[in-house]
Amino acid sequence: MTREFQTSRRAFLALAAAGGAAAALPGEAVQAQAVPTNARIVIIGAGAAGTALVNRLVDRLEGAQITLIDPRVEHLYQPGLTLVAAGLKPPSYVVSQTTDWLPDGVTLIPARVAAVDPEAQTVSTERGETLDYDFLVVAPGLILDHDAIEGFSLDLVGENGIGALYAGPDYAARTWHAASRFIEEGGRGVFTRPATEMKCAGAPLKHTFLIDDRLTRAETRGAARIDYIAPQSSLFGVPIVAERVRMLFDERDINYTYGRTLRSIDAGTKIATFTDADGFTHDEEYDYLHVIPPQRAPEFVRQSGLAWADRWTDQGWVDCDPATLRHNRYANIWAVGDVAGVPKGKTAASVKWQVPVVEDHLVAAIQGAEGTETYNGYTSCPLITRIGRAMLIEFDYNNDLTPSFPGIIAPLEELWISWLMKEVALKATYNAMLRGQA
Amino acid sequence: MQELTFDTLIAVFEEIFGRGLFWTMVAAAVLVTLGWIYVLIRDRSLGMRQFLVAQLFMPVGAVLAVWFVMKMTDSHLADIGGPVDVIVLLGIAAMGAVGGAILVYTVERLLFRRGAPTQD
Repeated sequence: MTREFQTSRRAFLALAAAGGAAAALPGEAVQAQAVPTNARIVIIGAGAAGTALVNRLVDRLEGAQITLIDPRVEHLYQPGLTLVAAGLKPPSYVVSQTTDWLPDGVTLIPARVAAVDPEAQTVSTERGETLDYDFLVVAPGLILDHDAIEGFSLDLVGENGIGALYAGPDYAARTWHAASRFIEEGGRGVFTRPATEMKCAGAPLKHTFLIDDRLTRAETRGAARIDYIAPQSSLFGVPIVAERVRMLFDERDINYTYGRTLRSIDAGTKIATFTDADGFTHDEEYDYLHVIPPQRAPEFVRQSGLAWADRWTDQGWVDCDPATLRHNRYANIWAVGDVAGVPKGKTAASVKWQVPVVEDHLVAAIQGAEGTETYNGYTSCPLITRIGRAMLIEFDYNNDLTPSFPGIIAPLEELWISWLMKEVALKATYNAMLRGQA
Repeated sequence: MQELTFDTLIAVFEEIFGRGLFWTMVAAAVLVTLGWIYVLIRDRSLGMRQFLVAQLFMPVGAVLAVWFVMKMTDSHLADIGGPVDVIVLLGIAAMGAVGGAILVYTVERLLFRRGAPTQD
C-alpha cells in the first residue's frame, strides 16, 4: 500500500476558486428604491407584528416619521412557552428586550394606548400624549382575561396543581413546576381551552401531548388519567387535523370531552367547574389543571370603534378585510397579528405572512396607489406530539393544508424533522422575521 | 417557510448549538479543512496508509455526529418517524464520517512528515 494519488496545486486552486464563487453568489433580491415621504405612521404594539413591520418599513420609506407605542419592556418569543412549560427550555429562552429589535430612526413611546380617534386621526396614550397620524397600524396583541375564570388568579399558578403557560415565561416555568409533580405522582390531569378565539390553537394540544409523554418517560402514565375538555366540537379548527389529533389521542389513551367551558376553580378542593351549551354545570376533580383563559382585544379597540360590530362582539377584534388586513371602515388603518379580526392567524407564522401584505398596501397608499399582496389565512403550527416528534401543520382560511415542503415533509405525519423545526429552526426564523429579513 | 436565505441558515445553526459553540465548531472545521488543504498541497499526493486509517475512523465520525445532534435537540433514535427523517439522519452521519476522516487524515499527515514510510 505505497502508491499515492498524484494531485496538483492547480486543481486545488480551481476548486477553491469555485467554492469562493459559489459563496459570493447573491442571496437576496435587489431592494426596490426607498419611497420618499414625510408621512406620520403610528404602529400600536412592538411585539412580533409591530417589530417585523417597522423593520421592513424603514427600508421601504425615506423620511417617514414612524412611532411605535408599547409599554412592554420585554419582548417574548411566545412559541417557546410550550417548551418552557414542559421543562425543555429555561424561561430566559423566550425573553429579549423590545428595544433590541427596533431599528434606528424610529420613536418608541413606552406607554399603553388609551384611545384612537379614527375620525380626527389621533392616538392618545395613558400618559396623556396625543399623536397625530396619517397611517395607523393596530398590532397590540391580545389580552388574556384571567379574571373571567372565577376563583382563578395568576398567584395560584405553580402550586395546587395549577398551570397556565400562556401567561408568560415565569408562569410557564411555574406551570412546569406544577406539572412535574403530577408527572411524579400521577392522578388526574385536566387540560382546557377557552371558548373565544385564541393565539396558537395548537398549544393546548401540545401541552397535553408533552405531559403525556413526560408521564410515559417517568413510567407513571399508568397511574395517571388525562382529560382534554374543550368548548368546541372538535379538537382543532381544521377538520383533517382534528381527525388526526383524535386518532393520536385515542392511541395514547387521552380522554376528550367537547362542548364544555371552564368557568371556575376551587383551588382548595381541586375542583374545576365547567358549563355546557345547555347551561348545566359539571364539576371535575383534578390533580393537575391547565388553564387557558378567554382572550380578547385590548379595551381601546372596542372603545375606539375599531372592532367588528356584528362578529366576535364579546371579543372585540379589529374589523378588517381578511385578504388585505385593511380596516373595513377606515382606509388608513390596518390590523396585524393577534388583534386582527380574521378567522385564523393568531400565530407568529401568520404574522410572518401578514406583515409583507400590510407593508405593501401601506407603501402603496403613501404613493397614492393600491397594493396587490393578499393574505390567505396562512397559519402554521408545528404540533408537538411528543418530545422528539411533531407534525408540521400549515393551513389557510379555507382549511386547506398548505405544506411548505410538499412531498418531503408530510403534514399529518409525526416526524423528527418537524420537531427539529419547532425546537431549533423556528426561533431563528422568528428572529429573522423580527429583523424584517424573512 | 417563505424563503430560506444564507443568513437565516446561519441563525438556525446558532440557535441549535448556541452562538459560542457554533462559531467554535465553524472555526475548528475551517482550521481542519485548511490543514487538510495544506498537507495535500505540501505533499502533492494522498498518503494511502493514512487515508486507509482515516477511512477506518469514518464510522466513528458518523456515530459521533448523530449522537451530538440527538443530544443537542432532545431527541432519540426512536423519534425517527418517516423517510425524510432517515435521509436527514444519514446526511448527518455522512457529514460526520467525512469530517472525521478529514480530521484524522490531516492530523496523521501533519504529525508524520511526508516522505516517511509511505513512499516507495
